[in-house]
This record gives sequence, C-alpha cells and structure tokens, in this order.
Amino acid sequence: MMRHLLSTRDLSLDDALLVLDTAEYMATVADRSVKKLPTLRGRTVVNLFFEDSTRTRTSFELAAKRLSADVINFSVRGSSVSKGESLKDTAQTLEAMGADAVVCRHPASGAPHRLAAWVRGSVLNAGDGIHEHPTQALLDAFTIRRRLGRIEGLSVTIVGDVLHSRVARSNVWLLSTLGAAVTVVAPPTLVPVGVEQWPVTVSYDLDAVLPGSDVVMMLRVQRERMTAAFFPTEREYARRYGLDADRLAAMPLSALVMHPGPMVRGMEIASDVADSTRSTVVEQVANGVSVRMAVLYLLLGGTREVP
Amino acid sequence: MTTPAPGRPTPDRPTPGTSGSGTPGGPGTARTVLSGADIGRVLTRMAHQILEKTAGGNGVVLLGIPTRGVPLARRLADRVRAVEGVELGVGSLDPTMHRDDLQLRAVRPLAVTDLPDGGIDGRTVILVDDVLFSGRTVRAALDALAQFGRPRVVQLAVLVDRGHRELPIRADYVGKNMPTSRQEAVAVRLTETDDRDAVMILSEGAGR
Repeated sequence: MMRHLLSTRDLSLDDALLVLDTAEYMATVADRSVKKLPTLRGRTVVNLFFEDSTRTRTSFELAAKRLSADVINFSVRGSSVSKGESLKDTAQTLEAMGADAVVCRHPASGAPHRLAAWVRGSVLNAGDGIHEHPTQALLDAFTIRRRLGRIEGLSVTIVGDVLHSRVARSNVWLLSTLGAAVTVVAPPTLVPVGVEQWPVTVSYDLDAVLPGSDVVMMLRVQRERMTAAFFPTEREYARRYGLDADRLAAMPLSALVMHPGPMVRGMEIASDVADSTRSTVVEQVANGVSVRMAVLYLLLGGTREVP
Repeated sequence: MTTPAPGRPTPDRPTPGTSGSGTPGGPGTARTVLSGADIGRVLTRMAHQILEKTAGGNGVVLLGIPTRGVPLARRLADRVRAVEGVELGVGSLDPTMHRDDLQLRAVRPLAVTDLPDGGIDGRTVILVDDVLFSGRTVRAALDALAQFGRPRVVQLAVLVDRGHRELPIRADYVGKNMPTSRQEAVAVRLTETDDRDAVMILSEGAGR
C-alpha cells in the first residue's frame, strides 16, 4: 500500500481492490454493539479544509474516531496570504504538532501533492480544485460493487459538469482500472480539453446512452467554479442533461442512479428520481465512512518505516 | 504457520500470504511432526474433550481465528456432530484490528469476522487457532470478542502449543505440545488452505 492517497490515477488494481475489501470489513463494524475499534489509538489525524465541506469532513472525522484516532479540525478560509505560502506555513505547523495523517481539501488543484512533500505523515486528498477526489470515487465503486456484485464489465455513465468535477476525474480513472467501461455525457462547453486522453467515450446525447447504462452518475453543476456562461439557461440544461422520471424509465431496471452530493434537485436530478429506490445517494454517505476507515487503516495501520 | 526469524518481537501471526508459502528463504530443514492421519486423530480427541468439558456441547460456539483456525473450527464441529449428533455454532473472528503489534510491521490485510446466528451472549465460546505462540493473537481475539457481546465462558483450543508465551494465556484444549526454540518456525498446512494436512517444524539456516 502507498503512503499517501493523492489520486486514483496512480492507484493499482491490487491497491484499489484492497481498499474495497478492507471497506467490506469496516462496514460490518457499523452493525456491532460497540462501533469503535482501538486500531489507531494514539494516532493524530488532522482535517485541513481550505474549502467548505460538511459531508466529507464529518465522514473523515467519524471514520478516524471509529478507529480511535485523535482528530483535529483545522479550517482555513479566505486567507489573504498567497495560497502557496499559506499552505507551506500550515504544513510546518502540522509538522510541529506531529500529525500522522493530514486530510486535505483545497481549491487549488495539486495542493495535496505539494503538502505531501512538506510533511512526514500521510496525506489524503479530500478534493483539490478540479483535479481529484479519490475517496469519493472509492466509495462510489464500493457502492456499485455492493449493489451490483461487480464492477468489471459494467457500463458507467457520468453525466453533467465534467469540466469542473474532481469526482468525475477520480471516478474515470478508478472505474477504468477496475474494468468498467466509462462514458461521459455533458454539454460540449462542459467537456474538458484533453478528454481524448481519458479512458472514456464522450457523448453529448444523454437519451442515446441511458438504455445501455448499468450505472448513471449525476454530477452537480458547480456554479461557484463557473467563470463564464456554459449553457443558456438552467431550464435548458435540466431538459437536455437532467435525470427525470422519463429518463429513469429508459434505463435498464437494475441500473443505479448515483450522485456524490450535494444535489441540486430540479437541475441535474429530479426530486422523485433522487428519492427513488434505485438511487444510492443515502447509501453512498454511509459507505463513505467505511471506505475512509479502510483508507485510514491501510495508510496508518502498519509500520511507519518506509521499506 | 511460519513464525519469523530470531530477534524479532515475535508476533505470532504472519500475514496469510506468507504463512501459506513453503520453507522460508535460505537453507533450512523441514521436519514433519504431525501427518495428515495424526491431525485427524488429534482433532477427534479434541472433539471428545470439548464434549466432556462442556457437558455435551450445550450452547457452545466455535470461533476460528483466520486463516487456519477457521477450517479447524469447522472440522471440530464436524467431529462433534459425528460423535454425538450435536450441532455447535461455528464462525470466525479476525482479531487484527485489536492487535498491539500493528505498528511493528507492514499493514495487515483483514479477514472475515462471521458470528453464528444467535450471537455469543451467554454462550460458551471456544476460540480455535492453529498455533499458540506468544499469546498476543489470543489477547487481541479476547478484545475483539468483547465488541460482539459477553460470553458466559471463553475457552481456547489450539492444534499446536509451541511455547514461548509472552502473556498469561493458556489453552484449554491442546492438540500437541511441541517444544521449540525461537529459531525454529512451526508450519501448519491444511487441505482447505494448502495442498495437504501436515504440521512441520522448520529450522531456518540450519547450517549456521
């Protein structure tokens, strides 16, 4: 197992499967009368969030606490210092505190990579700019495997604001490593430059892709990252790329609807679709804790010596 | 099961991947101590002892410690059924997350914990493992057990007791007492996990 979890792109098939298998074990802990394991007693995990997040931060916090680690929440927002400088200062502070792991979310792509060079502990990328969000992809893969029994050979369609989505990028790399065939569907303005180098098929027509999809993953339209007009109106976006009841009916009966949250109901996903039994939105949150426990165990559960 | 070289802090449970492989590296000798037929006889005797000591196996749950304790627990339950027609609960208990020596070696993969229906509250739990060495695995298993409930009694059954305890732990049922030196390793092979049934003593670097 590696020392940091920075992206799913450099995760081998064996490592990815090890995380998913370990997460299966962690999922059973939630059913026990005592939901706490002593495994990471005495270890310190720092949640370093330069961007707002409730879901991911609490998920990491709960995961670390279930493994008996000490958790410190370090929120930094709107710093006037230039980003690089403030990150390095923070890294030095964390280093002095003796953090064993740093869970980092940052608006700048690549920030966790920089951090990894400055601290001795493990760095877990909890989302960096529009680059990657590896634990989200791992929990999505875990959810798919639990519901459908496998990932290899499945057709997974990722729909929406691919351009600004770190979730999409992490899922593309992970799911193709795990043997799924990934299609991304988006308006042409929201398809990133360089997509031809991704292991994906690109489509602009959602209705054409839905009948052949085993999993449909909807992405949030990230208004806060949009610096230009990428589509005419919200109504038009919802009509062409939103998942409503009619489109749900066009999908195979066993196909799953996923969303990393937070959802914009009525925009990329209709409310009744989000609440349907085929939607895994709530499961994804529960599975997130199991997957993050698995990653923390695999990064911190063994010897610190680098072989 | 192979146990590591001298001078190490003697963890008694190598990762499943390595314990299933053959002789550890370097020149050494492998001496078979129990053959397949011997293991069969030993397990039959242990099954009788379990019935005797638990007054007919009433309320007994056998929990195997992965990797090789799990098939051993199943075999003991099969023998108890053959002898008296009593059905014991069988399951597995992975103590890895409760070990006190996790930081001493590379991260360990986790195995399945699977308790029989009805749980362990008020039952007689018999932990089953292949080799009893330092006792640290059993200590971790006792902690892991507390997560699932409160058994009335906890006992320990091992195929081989090789000595060198580091904790005040002893087995209630012992297949074979096998005095060893720390330089030696005890390897258990079972058909369920390996190619055959055997217990061997491996002397590492016998020429030294």
